[in-house]
Amino acid sequence: MSKFRKKEKGELPAISTASLPDIVFMLLFFFMVATVMRDSSLMIENRLPSADQVEKLKKDRTIFIYAGKPSSQYKQFGVEPRIQFNDAFIGLEDVQSSIYQGISEMNEELQSKVVVGLKVDKDTNAGLVSDIKQELRKANALKVMYIANARKDE
Amino acid sequence: MAKRAAPEVNAGSMADIAFLLLIFFLVTTTIEKDKGLLRSLPPIDDSEVTPPIIKQKNLFTVLINRHNQLLVEDEEMQLKDLRQAAVEFLDNGGGTNAAGETCTYCKGKKDESSSDHPDKAIISMKHDRETTYEKYMDVQNELVAAYNILREREATRLYKKYYPNAEKVFTAMLEEKEKNQFSKDEVLNERIETIKNLFPMKLSEAEPDKD
Repeated sequence: MSKFRKKEKGELPAISTASLPDIVFMLLFFFMVATVMRDSSLMIENRLPSADQVEKLKKDRTIFIYAGKPSSQYKQFGVEPRIQFNDAFIGLEDVQSSIYQGISEMNEELQSKVVVGLKVDKDTNAGLVSDIKQELRKANALKVMYIANARKDE
Repeated sequence: MAKRAAPEVNAGSMADIAFLLLIFFLVTTTIEKDKGLLRSLPPIDDSEVTPPIIKQKNLFTVLINRHNQLLVEDEEMQLKDLRQAAVEFLDNGGGTNAAGETCTYCKGKKDESSSDHPDKAIISMKHDRETTYEKYMDVQNELVAAYNILREREATRLYKKYYPNAEKVFTAMLEEKEKNQFSKDEVLNERIETIKNLFPMKLSEAEPDKD
């Protein structure tokens, strides 16, 4: 009899798992914070056109240029389509320097393979796009990706 | 006897809840990959070389006006017919290429008045400044589609045996190349080049007129 009682007394208390949630929450928060999904906040309307012959874009070698009408919070910039690079509106004459800046921020071995991603609103005049393309030619950034929503083949 | 303290709330399941959240976020966060049409711009050429004369029959002109209407080879056309028209033009093979070879793989009508050879066939598109970007993209898409249809056809004819289960052989080849981007597969690259050379993408864009 005494044998059993002895054993019961000597048993170690269960390890407290109370801190486990804390650890997991810490992980959760770490991932939530570390996952940078920063997309330069858009100051323009950006409804992309759709296409079905799309290819995937390699993000590491891409410089994005946005264009479209200023969105409702930015009414003060008028209704004419504007070009946006990073977080600011730029004029057509700044496209070249922006591209050079974008290239210089890139990984060195990718600099020669740079692709310019054009995210242009559907309702923009194609004339603006061709102006941008003309500037890109001057900047010698000749690979262009017209970003579009994938549409299923009919 | 003193009253016992209330038992501690079991927090063991907290971990499960937190894990559930973690997994939920991990699964639902799709970092969306951008997709689009990849095109190359022509480099700026300042040299004063007169461009070679291109026969009218080797040129497939697509015009889009400011009201988003299409004019293809001087006739109005609906967007849905453009793809087929472009395929027929590229695939015509009515004559010989620069090396004097006839197009043996073309399955077109061999019409004398249409393109000689896929090597020579050029699609030229021009748009107005006020054309909407959406329409412009639609047209680009149809023209790229025409090339892709023909390339798929040739890839199926030549390399179907290596990809017996693939529905779209050319796409399968490109995907494989994408997968092995760190280990170069010379044979595969060569095959892709072969297909591309059968129907080289000659899609030129004229600058819109400034008015």
